[in-house]
Amino acid sequence: MRRQLLAIVAFLAAMALVPHLVDSEFWRNWVMMALFYALLGQAWNILGGYGGQFSFGHAAFFGTGAYCSAILHVHYGVNPWIALPAAGMAAGLVGAFIGFLSFRYGLRGSYFALVTLAFAEVLRILANTVPITGKGVGLLIPLEPGAANMQFADRTGYFYLILAFVGLALLLTLWLEHSRFGARLVAVRENEDAARALGVDVFRTKLAAITLSGALAGLGGSYYAQLFLYLDPGIAYGPAISVEALLVPIVGGMGTLFGPLLGSFALHGVSELAKLAFGEAPGLDLALYGVLLVLMVMFMPNGLFGMGRTTLARLLGGRRDA
Amino acid sequence: MLEVEGVSKNFGGLRAVADVTMRVEEGSITALIGPNGAGKTTLFATISGFLRPDTGRVRFLGRDIAGLSPERICRLGLARTFQIVQPFAGLSVRENIAVGAHLHRPGRTEALAHAELIGRQIGMGRMLDQPAGALTIAGRKRLELARALATDPKLLLLDEVMAGLNPTEIEEIVAVVRRIRLAGVTILLIEHVMQAVVSLAETTWVLSDGVLIARGSPAEIAADPKVVEAYLGRGAAARLAGREGGAAHA
Ligand SMILES: Nc1ncnc2c1ncn2[C@@H]1O[C@H](COP(=O)(O)OP(=O)(O)OP(=O)(O)O)[C@@H](O)[C@H]1O
Ligand SMILES: [Mg+2]
Repeated sequence: MRRQLLAIVAFLAAMALVPHLVDSEFWRNWVMMALFYALLGQAWNILGGYGGQFSFGHAAFFGTGAYCSAILHVHYGVNPWIALPAAGMAAGLVGAFIGFLSFRYGLRGSYFALVTLAFAEVLRILANTVPITGKGVGLLIPLEPGAANMQFADRTGYFYLILAFVGLALLLTLWLEHSRFGARLVAVRENEDAARALGVDVFRTKLAAITLSGALAGLGGSYYAQLFLYLDPGIAYGPAISVEALLVPIVGGMGTLFGPLLGSFALHGVSELAKLAFGEAPGLDLALYGVLLVLMVMFMPNGLFGMGRTTLARLLGGRRDA
Repeated sequence: MLEVEGVSKNFGGLRAVADVTMRVEEGSITALIGPNGAGKTTLFATISGFLRPDTGRVRFLGRDIAGLSPERICRLGLARTFQIVQPFAGLSVRENIAVGAHLHRPGRTEALAHAELIGRQIGMGRMLDQPAGALTIAGRKRLELARALATDPKLLLLDEVMAGLNPTEIEEIVAVVRRIRLAGVTILLIEHVMQAVVSLAETTWVLSDGVLIARGSPAEIAADPKVVEAYLGRGAAARLAGREGGAAHA
């Protein structure tokens, strides 16, 4: 635990230097977006990686967080810093709702994945029809630069904000790894019947996990709204976010503390390389992600982090280190 | 401590458990035996909340528990093991046991320490850091026992924890079970290994085709013609009696 905490602090400190050391605006931006996707991946990881419940619809939480903070700000004049926790809570509630319906009726595996996908789609259609979201036209957040408005004229503020969120997600995950709740969540992933026989309330455990996961993704949504100052139903609830959220931890290592971080940087590195090689063909990212997903599942089911760990263990003479 | 009253459980047309009434005294080791497919595991599952009985009542510590969820029943102090072992394969032995230990120990450090203690008691001291998925069958059976014991049960239901073990391993588990009872835990065990039943159980119940056919000390049971017939087929007791004047094998 100490070593993990140290690693987190070292990582955050190194990242904090990026805006000062990296000259290129492009690369600073690139790191920032990698951190953003790491946050979504970490959110997914809590439910999918530790809890074994694969969601295909994390956009439902992301979009709810994004719309919640944007709507509160635009229509009700709520300060974005105050709208932020509200967005997290709203997204957590959506998580609790989806979780209640699916887990109460024992939906698992692909059935659960389909339900989450369906919820994200329903929310997308809903956002397309109700006036408060601006429907298909989208919702524009007025430009009022100033830290008090969570809008930063130079992008360094956005960089530190997402870094803070990632730090929060890492600490939350660290806590999870060393708490009773986390132990029970992993037990549920490994074998539900055995967990129940040991007194674990499977339903409540999963419900708590999806709520937490949803809330974290909701913070990501709120951040996104403030960064781009524009939302539409496709951005908020479309499948792109859902795919990123699940691919990042799958590539990096599900159910590990640093997996999503590793996965996000790797995935976006590869996607940049592909752009260099093939140009900006539309749909290229998704095709690439599809291929990557198949390759990962076939050859590296434990992700980059898992593979690194096994290799390291082998080098150290078969010592297994968790 | 445990009273089962008129419990039945059907699977479609199959009557797996038929109107079973039995009891387990506090502080005892009680055995439940019977031929394959007799309904022993099904009875355990209805007692522990994994199956809801079609009829009848299950009372534990004076309280009706039929229909409660397995996790509620476990929290009341009744823990079971699985005949078909169900390890958390991706976790270490220590982490497996800690899931049980967490039931009454919220802190991680405390639960891991208790898991280690239980692991050593059960003879898994050297396996604590191994992944459960890498254990041999004997190791997995021990793990089932260790995890259930870590929940601090008052009553422990053991479903064939000695099946598939060699004689030395059986000796070891028999000693472990005896020690668990000495620590104040009541035990109900399903077992095919008669050597273990004879050396452990004060009372033995015999189930055959879902029906309880006999009850008594292991010696009484072995001499009961109904029991011999249940195992060896109709008329076996008479044939055996004719040849050697008594049935010794059950
Ligand atoms: N879930 C189920 N659905 C349908 N039939 C079942 C189910 N579980 C058990 N059975 C049937 O119920 C009967 C009793 O099975 P059970 O597993 O309780 O026997 P057992 O006494 O534990 O046998 P063994 O000594 O082989 O473990 C068997 O005929 C079995 O095939
Ligand atoms: Mg059985």
